[in-house]
Amino acid sequence: MKEVVVEVKNFRKTYADFVAVDQISFDVFQGEIFGLLGPNGAGKTSTLECLEGLRKPSAGSMRVVGLDPSSEFPKLKNKIGVQLQSSGLPESITPDEAMRFFCAYHGTTPRYDLLDRMGLTLKRKNQFFELSTGQQRRLALALAVAHDPKVIFLDEPTAGLDVATRVELHTLMRELQASGTTIILATHDMAEAEQLSNRVAILLHGKIERLGSPLEITATGAGLTKISVHSQNGCLASQANGFPAVQQHTNKDEYQIYFSADIGPTVSAIIDFLQREGDPLIDLRVERPTLEDRFLEITNSGGAK
Amino acid sequence: MNAFLHHFSFEFRTGIRNKTLLMMNYLFPLGFYLMMGFIMGAINPLFQEDIIPAMTIFGVLAATLLGIPDPLVNARENGIFRSYKINGVPSFSILAIPAITTMMHLLIMTAIITVSAPLLFHSLVPVNWVNFVFVFVVSAFACAGISVLIGVISPSSRMTVLFSQLIFVPSMILGGLMLPYNMLPAAAGKFAQLLPATQAMNAFKGLAMGKVADFSAWGSLIALLVSGLIAFVLAAFLFRWDSHNTARKGHPLMALLVLLPFVVGILFQI
Repeated sequence: MKEVVVEVKNFRKTYADFVAVDQISFDVFQGEIFGLLGPNGAGKTSTLECLEGLRKPSAGSMRVVGLDPSSEFPKLKNKIGVQLQSSGLPESITPDEAMRFFCAYHGTTPRYDLLDRMGLTLKRKNQFFELSTGQQRRLALALAVAHDPKVIFLDEPTAGLDVATRVELHTLMRELQASGTTIILATHDMAEAEQLSNRVAILLHGKIERLGSPLEITATGAGLTKISVHSQNGCLASQANGFPAVQQHTNKDEYQIYFSADIGPTVSAIIDFLQREGDPLIDLRVERPTLEDRFLEITNSGGAK
Repeated sequence: MNAFLHHFSFEFRTGIRNKTLLMMNYLFPLGFYLMMGFIMGAINPLFQEDIIPAMTIFGVLAATLLGIPDPLVNARENGIFRSYKINGVPSFSILAIPAITTMMHLLIMTAIITVSAPLLFHSLVPVNWVNFVFVFVVSAFACAGISVLIGVISPSSRMTVLFSQLIFVPSMILGGLMLPYNMLPAAAGKFAQLLPATQAMNAFKGLAMGKVADFSAWGSLIALLVSGLIAFVLAAFLFRWDSHNTARKGHPLMALLVLLPFVVGILFQI
């Protein structure tokens, strides 16, 4: 049984009369990447800020590596790393200075190698405002992990990054996970969450609507599988819902797209139909529902299970 | 201590690297000093007696009131303080380091003025250098404290400018920098005593320049010192890590307590 490093029990956060988070509970285990998903205003930021010690919960309890973030923050600060959504750095600081500055406050040796790893070798003497958005985000991530924290909070870590840098950051996150670091990832990028997270929590209106692995979450709900078919003569155009288990049909470009509740009979029937019609198959793709599909389904239904 | 030194080192370099701060710490005060030296020296020969303390105080006002508050407000608004808090930067460092680094820049600026003024403008030099440095340090301390307090209580950059100008503009007109204090009408004189610039000018005259102070020079020095202490204590008390956090320990109007030592000074003279 893995150690619980983040424990949230009946956590509630209110701002005057507005309830931002309403009695949520979840645990995060050591070495886990835990995705915190939800539309804007769902309560992700309030949850993160309370876990990071920036705000106090209105009710309930929180423990991060066994410490209460609001009352034991001085002990906690060296055990967590945070990459905020905003830059969080002065305009005139250089990456080298920032590394020295933050590592000094954490009492650790500056990790200039991380700057090189993040592709900032040539920018180490440049001022922060001279860096591109991607470079600023990479620097923020390097600073968040430089003191070797046990738990890392990442708020939209790859927003505004190019593909290569995103891949590099994902590799770094997996390496951190392999070394036992726990990562709590708040993101709007569903593909990223699905690819990286061991488990995700989907927040809606301050409550957890779904909690589980991406596979578990995508397996529930309508669960329709998307089957896209392109044939040479386009004979499928006349067959909208004529195949077994097909519940929805649409078309895009040359493709006929079927949403099936049971892919085996549907695919067999499509192939049989094409053979009977003598229409050669050019392309057939089967895609299970993604986390994004499921997320949209949940948020569009207002959270009804 | 190591962290404090790294923080200090970065902030000190920012005072030169950042164009706005470079302007407030050096270019604006020294440019104004040269302009006033050439113009006022030709119009009013008596200005030669006051050019060193007057331009030193002008530099202090510019670097502190116009240079310190806005970066503090911007840092709070842009989430820099939140980042500092998460990484263990204490609020003491956030408030003290900009004040100390600004005072270091002011020391350099003042040295340039005191060395060049006798050569360029045949100005009167201080007769008591120890007291000159002492008055300078206390004046800079008081103005830095008030500026840090403005940065802490200001809800936005726009309000910061307003609060800073509420002290800066009257200081320029009534603070004894351009117009001698003893030429002011009595009521204006009393009002002027609420300004750190008036108190600093009076202390320079009585304690460092070998002239007769308009009112108690030591009283001015003590009022400046106490006002600076109150300002830093209030700034620490009213400090907020971010603008969204509604929990504040006291009301911003408490900042007016920095004027208390000057009010007491006026009442005691009555």
